[in-house]
Amino acid sequence: MSNSPYVIVGAGPAGVIAAETLRTNNPVTPVLMIGEEKEAPYSRMALPYLLAEDIKETGTHLRHTDGHFDTRGIEIRNDRVSAVTAAEKSVTLASGGTQAFSKLLIATGSHAIRPPIPGTDLPGVENCWTLEDARAIAAKASKGSNVVLMGAGFIGCIVLEALAARGVHLTVVEMEDRMVPRMMDQTGGAMIKSWCEAKGVTVLTSTRIEEIAANNGALKLTLGDGKSLDADLVVCAAGVKPNIAFLEGSGINTDTGVLVNDRMQTSDANVFAAGDVAQGIDFSTGANEIHAIQPTAADHGRTAAMNMIGIDTPFQGSLSMNVLNTLGLITSSFGQWDGVAGGDTAEITDNDRFRYVRLSFQDDVLVGALSLGMTQHVGVLRGLIQSKVRLGHWKERLMANPLLIMEAYLARTQGSVFGI
Amino acid sequence: MQKALLIDPEKCTSCLQCELACSFEQEGVFNPAKSRIKVFEFEHGLKAIPYTCTQCSEAWCLHACPVEAITINEATGAKEVNPNTCVGCKVCTIACPFGTINYNADSGKVIKCDLCSGDPACAKACPTDAITYVDANWTGYDRMQEMALVGHGRPAKGAAQ
Amino acid sequence: MSGGNVKGANAKAQKGMGWQGTVLRVDLTRGEVHKDPLNMEWANDYLGERGLATKYLYEMMDPKADAMSPENVLIFATGPLSGTMSSTSGRYAVVTKGPLTDAIACSNSGGKFGAFLKFAGYDMLIVEGRSEKPVYLNIADDTVEILSADDLWGKTVWETEEWIKTTHQNPQMKVASIGVAGETGNRYACVVNDLHRAAGRSGVGAVMGSKNLKAVAAWGTKGVAVDDPVTFMKAVSETHTALHESSGRKGLTKYGTHAMLDAMQKFGGLPTRNFEDVQFEGAKKIGSRAVREPNENGHVNLLTNKACFGCTIACGRIAHIDEKHFSIVNRPKYRHASGGLEYETAYAFGPLCGVDDVDALTFAGYMTNEHGYDPISFGGTLAAAMELYEMGVLTKEHTDGIELKFGSAEALVVMSEKTGKGEGFGKELALGSKRLCEKYGHPEVAMVVKGQEFAGYDSRALQGMGLGYATSNRGACHLKHDVFEPDMEDQTGKGKAEPCKTSQDQIAMIDSTGLCLFTAGDFGTEGYRKQVDAACPGDWSTERMLEIGERVWNLERMFNLEAGLTKADDTLPKRLLEIPAPSGTAKGKVAELDIMLPEYYELRGWGDDGVPTKDTLDRLGLAAR
Repeated sequence: MSNSPYVIVGAGPAGVIAAETLRTNNPVTPVLMIGEEKEAPYSRMALPYLLAEDIKETGTHLRHTDGHFDTRGIEIRNDRVSAVTAAEKSVTLASGGTQAFSKLLIATGSHAIRPPIPGTDLPGVENCWTLEDARAIAAKASKGSNVVLMGAGFIGCIVLEALAARGVHLTVVEMEDRMVPRMMDQTGGAMIKSWCEAKGVTVLTSTRIEEIAANNGALKLTLGDGKSLDADLVVCAAGVKPNIAFLEGSGINTDTGVLVNDRMQTSDANVFAAGDVAQGIDFSTGANEIHAIQPTAADHGRTAAMNMIGIDTPFQGSLSMNVLNTLGLITSSFGQWDGVAGGDTAEITDNDRFRYVRLSFQDDVLVGALSLGMTQHVGVLRGLIQSKVRLGHWKERLMANPLLIMEAYLARTQGSVFGI
Repeated sequence: MQKALLIDPEKCTSCLQCELACSFEQEGVFNPAKSRIKVFEFEHGLKAIPYTCTQCSEAWCLHACPVEAITINEATGAKEVNPNTCVGCKVCTIACPFGTINYNADSGKVIKCDLCSGDPACAKACPTDAITYVDANWTGYDRMQEMALVGHGRPAKGAAQ
Repeated sequence: MSGGNVKGANAKAQKGMGWQGTVLRVDLTRGEVHKDPLNMEWANDYLGERGLATKYLYEMMDPKADAMSPENVLIFATGPLSGTMSSTSGRYAVVTKGPLTDAIACSNSGGKFGAFLKFAGYDMLIVEGRSEKPVYLNIADDTVEILSADDLWGKTVWETEEWIKTTHQNPQMKVASIGVAGETGNRYACVVNDLHRAAGRSGVGAVMGSKNLKAVAAWGTKGVAVDDPVTFMKAVSETHTALHESSGRKGLTKYGTHAMLDAMQKFGGLPTRNFEDVQFEGAKKIGSRAVREPNENGHVNLLTNKACFGCTIACGRIAHIDEKHFSIVNRPKYRHASGGLEYETAYAFGPLCGVDDVDALTFAGYMTNEHGYDPISFGGTLAAAMELYEMGVLTKEHTDGIELKFGSAEALVVMSEKTGKGEGFGKELALGSKRLCEKYGHPEVAMVVKGQEFAGYDSRALQGMGLGYATSNRGACHLKHDVFEPDMEDQTGKGKAEPCKTSQDQIAMIDSTGLCLFTAGDFGTEGYRKQVDAACPGDWSTERMLEIGERVWNLERMFNLEAGLTKADDTLPKRLLEIPAPSGTAKGKVAELDIMLPEYYELRGWGDDGVPTKDTLDRLGLAAR
């Protein structure tokens, strides 16, 4: 048995939850967490609320108790891992030297990417991914300033809310034909768009930005249709990519992210991966997918840690899901919301009141769902999907009225004792 | 011995005293829309099921929270939301497979059952004992928890521990 | 332990005033919605629900206006205790001029609708005018919409509720609506909420239909707060406990009101075959035991009991019909559970029509809920029609070929559906007993007061009840007074005026709090007083509470006098005044209204003409106009 510590690369949610799980279940082996950013471990999910000035920087921290990591015997080191030598069970540090590990967890997350457009490197173009980014945006997104948001994906929409709260003149530019195309269908995406427009935000879908140019201390954007936009600030939310460059030559199998099995184990038995960097098992399809969301990071971190210790813990696969608040309009998506071959779909739409529910079934099992304007008991959609609850005659009821999800869930999990 | 809410739907008359008591305890006004316990009715009122958080050991909500706003009350075992820390991101609301943690648009925070610090108002108000607060091992609590998802960050059966 | 031992107030408790402080006014003629501040002067004098709505009605309309005209005003009112933790806080009243009686109508209902109207932020909904086209109201907190009901007109109550909940994507929404009965002017159409709770009497649903208002949907997320939360929760705890421990309450929980059928049968106060008798030979087959025991197919009618909002009694019955019963044997649609038999339904369909078939009674009950009409008035009208049929006045030609004989379960089943749908002879039955019997030249067959049919207590056996029927401001009604105990003691008119008058005032007060009458025995006036005193700002003494009741009663009376009613309307049908009870405790007795009425007028401070004297009006702060 090696005396080397468990080493966790990355200090985001997956890394922190893994570290805590390791400590709880194995008080002996040391835990070392190596983080690149010079911050206390924090949550990117919370950055929009910082931008909206709902919280202070400490409010973004993953843990709030003083000495939380110290008292648990979790060492946090500010450094960057530049290479992994799996065969020798060691990592190379950017600051110099190596660090041995008994088991390694890669939880390096992802980084924001900028699209290949001229001018994205100009001052005044900012990502919204790190705490440092948020500080830069906060400095420039003052009330009344012109702000262009590049990208209306999930991250873009979260930032949108925060920017609007700062009182800026906001224009959103999205290449695809609708907002949040990866979590909403046409109906839902269109509703979010008209909701945003009603709240005074300009939304340009199916629109490309061709070029960003400096313009008297501000910026001028040229759009695909030849029109232009003035901006004091461009916030880039054009997507993220897993941080896997340092694994080149390590022999650890990667695709878009780090490929792992259902124990969160990579192609090297001593190396695990979790969170946004891990291309783990998708619950719905069984394929390896990246689900860059907090609950998956938490599940990954916990599962990886258990398996690192040697407590065999299989992972059922993560469910693709998201919840979004776009200027007060709450949307959620779960699993295979666009339906599966041969499966039924139930929909109910109220454009006037911004309400929409879509359920997708395989036989009598729910496999995906979209909701718009629903805030109560949405989690049960996950419950129905992930527990593969057979809906029986309740499926027909849901086909007629998709709103009865809570009733269906209760009837099929608790109600059977009295026959409803 | 920690206690748990035992719910017996067969005894529920759907009077919603539990929802009134819960909202009064938690919000200071009578307002079922803000209740942490919810009664669902079926078949022209033939059946009613009171439903709230089982304080499950998986604690999906707690683990999904990005800012540690949900913590465990060591005395009661309840998973409690700290409203001063909650940023309102709602990730817990999709993470909880029971749908028992919900967003409250008025406060911009999430709300869930916290067992009223060990003296649940709903159980006190229930006129028919459909909701009682009893020792956890008497409740069929494990049975209720079996509804929690399996194989999701939990050890495989028979695994060495 | 449960049942009454509620938690006290806490640090978070917010201060309010019981009332929400806002009245929602909807003018259907103009298509306008107004939110007015609640008139607090009136609230302090009339409390809420029945009383306060009566004041608004009296001030807002000419009592002479036709009940079915746009000039009539339709009010849905809650009280200051509605939506609170007070037991039975789910009631609301529909107050308007009634088309059955041409007098003031006040019908209250349980379920959950009323509480959620209040949670939306309104003490009352006042509907004026008439929409040109069918509409419904969607009330969701501050959002109030008058929406087209083109897709709803013609739908049943049950279909309407489902349609609205689905359309608005809120399964939790509460709906009060009318069925085809209300749409087509059935004189005793009711407003049904929560599928099987109804503001049942006097035709308030017909008024709603006359306004082209199909439904009101309510959803609210605003809380109700009280003035003194600590004292309020103490009062709630005490009243919950009183109710929990009471044997009367236990009886209601177990048997519902149905047990009254067995009691009235034994006593001989059970109107049978349109008041031909006061005991029914088939009573056992439709009594509170019959619904709990298996029939020849092993089917048990009664399934369970359910509560209205906030109610710790739960007298409501949920039943189902035997699949093999002729009423539904080829109609699987009606195999589901729904509202079951309560006393008045069982009486009006059973003994009054001579029918002893529990499932036929239950089916007719389903019809009244699904299509929205009053079971008491329907039973009374059907009984009158059966009598006319047996007299030969009506024939199969009139009755769509149905043999309309007393005792015919088939007639009950068929006619309940026809009446609900406004088809065939059902259209005639929709007139109510008074208009039907007048039409066929036999007004004496109509067993009504002020045009409204009787509840299940015979005035010859229950003398004080008879006085209550005769003087009730909404026509024959058993819910506006309580002389039950004195009535059981002796069968004379002596000494009945005082308890009748006192209980009328007390009940008018209870009906104005937002709570249910069924708490009266266990709460007493003090129970309501202390809850109101803690919920509402100001001092609420026993005297003030009872004076409110008396004020409400007298204002209702003034409305009726201005509407054109007179002393002559304070009477009972000749059959009760002149033909002695043929059996039971009161065998040989007639209703002694001649003894009771003068005494009653005097106790009320009314002149011999039945008009409140100036002194009385001054004392109550009322003024003749």
